Order: sequence, then C-alpha cells, then structure tokens
Amino acid sequence: MEMFDLTLIWAGIIGFGIMMYVLMDGFDLGLGILFPFAPDEDSRDVMMNSVAPVWDGNETWLVLGGAGLLGAFPLVYSVFLPALYIGVFLMLAGLIFRGVAFEFRFKSRRNRRWWNRAFSWGSGVAAFAQGAVVGAYIQGFRVENFAYVGGAFDWLTPFSVLTGLGLMAGYALLGATWLILKSEGHVQDWAYKITPMLLALVLVVFAIISIWTPFVNPMVWERWFGNLQLIWVFPALALFSAFMVYRSVKRRDEGIPFVATIGIYVFTYLGLIVSKWPVIVPPNYTLWDAASAPESQLFLLIGVLFVIPIILAYTAWTYWVFRGKVRVGEGYH
Amino acid sequence: MELDPLVLSRIQFAFVVSFHAIFPVFTIGLASYIALLHGLYFKTNNPAWDRLSLFWTKVFAVVFGMGVVSGIVMSFQFGTNWSNFSQAASNFLGPVLSYEVVTAFFLEAAFLGVLLFGRGKVPQGVHLFAAIMVAVGTFISSFWILSANSWMHTPAGVELIDNRFHVLSWTQAIFNPSFPYRFAHMAMASFLTGGFVVAGVSAWFLLRGRDPEANRRALSMCLWLLLFLAPAQAVVGDFHGLNTLEHQPTKVAAMEGHWETSGNVPLLLFAIPDQEAQTNHFEIGIPNLASIILTHSPDGVIPGISEVAPEEQPPVIIVFWAFRVMVGIGLLMIATAFVGLLMRRKGKVYEHNAYLKALVYMIPMPFVAVLAGWIVTESGRAPWLVYGMMTHAEGLTPSLTGPMALFTLIGYVAVYSVVFYAGIYYLTRVVRNGMLPEEERETTGENFKRPMRPLSAAHTPFDDDVDPVRS
Repeated sequence: MEMFDLTLIWAGIIGFGIMMYVLMDGFDLGLGILFPFAPDEDSRDVMMNSVAPVWDGNETWLVLGGAGLLGAFPLVYSVFLPALYIGVFLMLAGLIFRGVAFEFRFKSRRNRRWWNRAFSWGSGVAAFAQGAVVGAYIQGFRVENFAYVGGAFDWLTPFSVLTGLGLMAGYALLGATWLILKSEGHVQDWAYKITPMLLALVLVVFAIISIWTPFVNPMVWERWFGNLQLIWVFPALALFSAFMVYRSVKRRDEGIPFVATIGIYVFTYLGLIVSKWPVIVPPNYTLWDAASAPESQLFLLIGVLFVIPIILAYTAWTYWVFRGKVRVGEGYH
Repeated sequence: MELDPLVLSRIQFAFVVSFHAIFPVFTIGLASYIALLHGLYFKTNNPAWDRLSLFWTKVFAVVFGMGVVSGIVMSFQFGTNWSNFSQAASNFLGPVLSYEVVTAFFLEAAFLGVLLFGRGKVPQGVHLFAAIMVAVGTFISSFWILSANSWMHTPAGVELIDNRFHVLSWTQAIFNPSFPYRFAHMAMASFLTGGFVVAGVSAWFLLRGRDPEANRRALSMCLWLLLFLAPAQAVVGDFHGLNTLEHQPTKVAAMEGHWETSGNVPLLLFAIPDQEAQTNHFEIGIPNLASIILTHSPDGVIPGISEVAPEEQPPVIIVFWAFRVMVGIGLLMIATAFVGLLMRRKGKVYEHNAYLKALVYMIPMPFVAVLAGWIVTESGRAPWLVYGMMTHAEGLTPSLTGPMALFTLIGYVAVYSVVFYAGIYYLTRVVRNGMLPEEERETTGENFKRPMRPLSAAHTPFDDDVDPVRS
C-alpha cells in the first residue's frame, strides 16, 4: 500500500460526493426555497415536476457521504455530528418533510396548502442548516482527545448564520437557473426576472464571507496572503462564472445560466478547499489524523469503486429520460 | 428532575430504530413473495398471479419508500448521540454499515426501477430477474446490518488498543459467533411477517368478495408457508437462545427471570421481577422446564442474574416480559397456521368468516413480535454497548446534555408521527383500492411519463376530492 495513499483517494471520493450532493440537491432545495414566491399554483406544479424524477437520486449522495465519512474519516463523523447536534436534527427533519411533501402533494388537493408549506419550510431549513455547517467548519471546533467538548450552540454565530443564509441564496439561484432550463412561458419569464436579483444577493453575501473568513481564521489569512498566489485563480474564475450568468440571462440563453451557476459553486468550493487543506477537523486535525485504519479504508474502497460508476450511469440515464421542458398541466404523475 | 442524556439517547435510539425496523422487516419478506409471484406467472401464464404481483408491488413501493426515509436518520444517529462509540468502532462498523448503503443503492439504481416501472416495457424474463434481484438485495442489506449488530453482541476478530477497535480478521468479525443465528431468526421473522400480512389482506379481500380467484390462491400459498415457517421459527429461536446462553448468560437469565444460579430451573409463565430485591413476586411456572429447554436435562444448572453485580444487570422486567410477548405471539402464529390446515381439510378455509377475520386481526402481530424480540436482545445486553468491552455510558457523545437529547427525542417523535400517519393512511387507501376491476379504481393518468420513485408506483390519490388530471 506504499504506492497509494488511501487517505488521499478517500479525500477525493468524499470531496467529489459532497460536490455532487451540493449541486444536485442544491437546485431542488432551491426550488423549495423559491416555492412561496412563485407567481401561481401552475408554476409550483412545474417547479415540482421539474425535479420530481430526480430529487431522491440527488439525496443518495448525502447518505453515501455520511456512511463514507464513518468508514474513511471517523473523526469528522464523530466531531461534526455532536458539534452540530441541533442543526443536524433540523436538517434531517427538513429533508424528511420535503420528501414526504414531494410524494403526497400531487396526490392531494384538500391538504395541498399544507404540503406546499412542508415543502418550502423543509427545503429552507435544510439549506440553512447545510450552510451553517460550512460556517462552523470554517470557524473550527473545540476538540480534546479526539472528542468534541464544546456546547450545543457553539456553531450558531453571526458568521454561520451568514453562511447559512448565503447557501440559501445560492441554492435559490441554482433553482432559478434550473427552472430557466426546464420551463417555458410565464414560468420561465419569472425565473429570468428573479435570477439577476438572486445573483446580486449571492455575490454580496459571498463577498462578505470572503472578507470575513480570513479574520475568523488566521490560517486562512496566511494561506491567501502568503506565497501561494496561484490560488487566486479560483475566486477569479468564480467571478467570471457570475458574469457569465448575468450575461446569459440578458441574452435569454436557456442552458448557460445553470451551467455558469455550477461554475460559481465549483470554483468557490475549490477556493474553500485550498483555504483549509489539509485540515479537516479545524483547528488541529488533518485528513491523516481523522482517517480510519488503512485496511478499513481499503476494504470499503472496493465496494465504493464498484458502486459509484453504477450510480453515475443511473443518474445520467434518469436525467436523459426526463430531459426537455416541463409544461403547465403536464406532469410525470 | 435531572435529565440524563444517556437514558434519553437510549430511548431515542430505541424509538428511531423500532420505527425504522417495521418497514424493512416487512419488505424483506414481501420482496421474496413478489419474486415468487413473478416466477409463477412466468411459468404458468395465469393472469391471477400477475394481478397479485401488480398489487403487492404497489404496497412494496410505499413501504420501501417509508423505510428509506426513516433510514436516513439512522445513518446519523451513531454520530450525533454515540460519537465515542462511532470513533472507537469505526474501523469495523464504518465499512460494514457503508456496505449496506452501497448494496441498497446498487439495488435501487439497477433493479428497483425495472421492477416498479418495467411492467409491459421490458421482457417478462427481465422483469422476473429484476424481482429476484430486489429480493436478493434486501437480504444482502440485512446481512450487513445484522452482522454489525451481532458483532456488538458477540465481538470477535478485533482488539481494543487506546479506545479504538482494530480489525484483526474481517471474516471472524463479520461472521461473529451470534451472527448466523440472528440472521436466520430475523430472515424467518421477515418471511413470517410478509406471510401474515399477505394472508390477512387476502382474507380481507375475500371477506369483501374481491377477486376471489387470485386471493384464494394467495391465501392458500401463505397458509402452507406459515404452517412450516411458524414451527421452524420456534426451533431456530431455540438455537439462537442456546447460543445466547453460551455468550451472554445474563441475558438468558433475565429472559427466564432466574436470579440465583441453580439446577431444576422452572419455566416461568408469570412473574413480576423486582430488581431492587433481586427476586420475583407472584411466580407461576412449570417445574424443571427451563433446565430441560436450555440444558436438555431436568436438573441442568443455569447461571443466574446475580452472577453479575446489580449495576451490570439488564432491566430484568423489560427483558422478561418482552420475551413472553414474543414467544406468546409465536405460539399464536403456530396455532393460526394449524387451524388453517384443519379448515383446509374440511374444505371451507375460504368461506369461514370468523377465521378470515382472525387472519385480518393477525396482521399487526408479527410486527409486535419482532419489536418485542429486539427489545429482548437489546435491553438484555445492558449495560454493554459492545458486549464485555464498552458500556453504553462509555459510548455516549461526551458533549451531549440532557436538554439537547430531550429536544431531539421530542422532535423525532413529532416528525415520525406525521410521516407515519400520512404513510399508513395512504397505505390503507392503496389496499382499499386494491384488487378492484380497472374501472372501479380511483386511479387515473396511467399514460403519463412517470418518475422512477418508489411511492409514485402506487397510483392512489391521497384524499378524496383529488384532481384527476394530476394524481
């Protein structure tokens, strides 16, 4: 095993899984956040129908990530979850409510109002909790002897509230650009209208977070204002992606806004990784401190390398089957 | 009153896992039944088998969906409330639990969609193959979960260094001493659960005269199955008990309400165990029978609960009574199956209303028995989380406080109440709608493209005044 560093391979797999989750569940959570603001009930039908075939496949990455962390980086699992105890509960409750709402809203008329609420509140709470996790990760945790020793609300600071709101805005932007891609007529007009506003909101929040982060965490300051000038390419590319979103919406392109929004995410995510690398449980523990035994990582790797291509193929196939526009009054149901 | 995070976390885990367990225990049995129906249809081409498999696939879809939703929570419980345990046992539990997730996703990605939505779109042989693979997949999933659980009862193949388990032998750890017994006992429990639910629902349809041809076939099949399975389960359970006696004698002593080590142990039918006084009140028992069952000799010595100090004893009254509930229902199942055989010989099993009604009332029984059985085995190992190596208290999240644990406990009960209510309500509608001729059903919109999700395979509206276009 000298030839391969299993910990690095696993960092790649988990990192890829998180990115897939954020992008894919991001746009369907985003539609849930936009749900109460939609112009009419027809638009809500279109919004929900556009993600109905794929949303639960999107959430498989969350479960795979959770299980993979326990197997490959148990310290992350056993510090993040206790530290974010209340937030994790809120996220799960939110995801469950919106999952059930997905199933029952279309089968219901009398109770539809309640399923609508379950869907939008569940999505919003889950998105906020996930954003707060990012904030908590940047802040770091009070850990002694490989166990979290802080309080129940250490994670809840002005900074993590901001990252929570930031991710809500970001998911809403993903949702709006997804809707541009998948809808037409007055629903698409509405999506075109709100996208620049959401983009502005995202840029403002991300700018505040970017300026604030080096002050929250001295290590990040060192990283960005030290010798590694090359990493400035990531924020530059993220800004370029944001510009592309703006330009393509002005030109009423249908696919580019969504792709460019993904670009914002990917480059911001890479920026976050280079800020922290290789610290995974801040402030003190690196990937290698957090890793499980090499034989455990190897044993699990075999199964995961087998199943990931299958999940990817299945995902691609599902998106292909349900490609094209979703029209008012026409559902998959 | 001081809120104890340990007690609250244990209640929370018991609640969440019990709620989750009732779904897979049913779907594992049902998946095999559906595969069998597909096979019969493939072989005989009798459309009755096809109607049955279509109906039960819809039920399967709803129950599987609820199992998935409640299962997501499970994969986070270990970290939120038992982080010391997760950290300590991750080298073994991490890969094993992840393999369950991998299996489940592989199954869902590759075969579940074909089973749920492939009817008439893929060749019949492919559809049958998908049904078989789904059934096999549910077993592989339970293989991993039960291996992990059994390892916590009878840890093997590991050594504990600096509060962390390191795997010395994967084979010994995965196939640990109690695993084969627990797996067999649980697999048969799943078949019994599936069998009694199918029998009860078929009886309900027969009472209403719906599709008598198909439902008679279904009921007949189930009754034959139960006739062999119910007694066989008692035998397997006995072997499981002997294995427990070898590895966890205190648990067996608690099951028998047996405080002091002695021979000629009676089988207690009734007693009120008193942990403080370390004795029983109001004992009624059959002399020597427990010794005979456990040691195959009337004067066989069975170690008592008091072999371990009071603080290392499990809660005897819970273990004692949960065991009696499980065994009592098991005997009731055997009796139900034998009455069915007698009725069949008289040729009126399908017309006898009282018997059919009794079968309907039996539907919840296997679920109660399964939960009672799990309460026996899990409470019975207290205070050990990993038997003999790590206690519940040592495994608890150190930063967890009583109010935090109480908050999430109430939260999960509230969330699950809503989900469970909606799910069961919907499931009863699916069943009420089942086996009706096409034109009498409340379903519409078959020609829309459908998403590949479990619940949407069941085309039944949630409430009455539904919009027919979008349901």
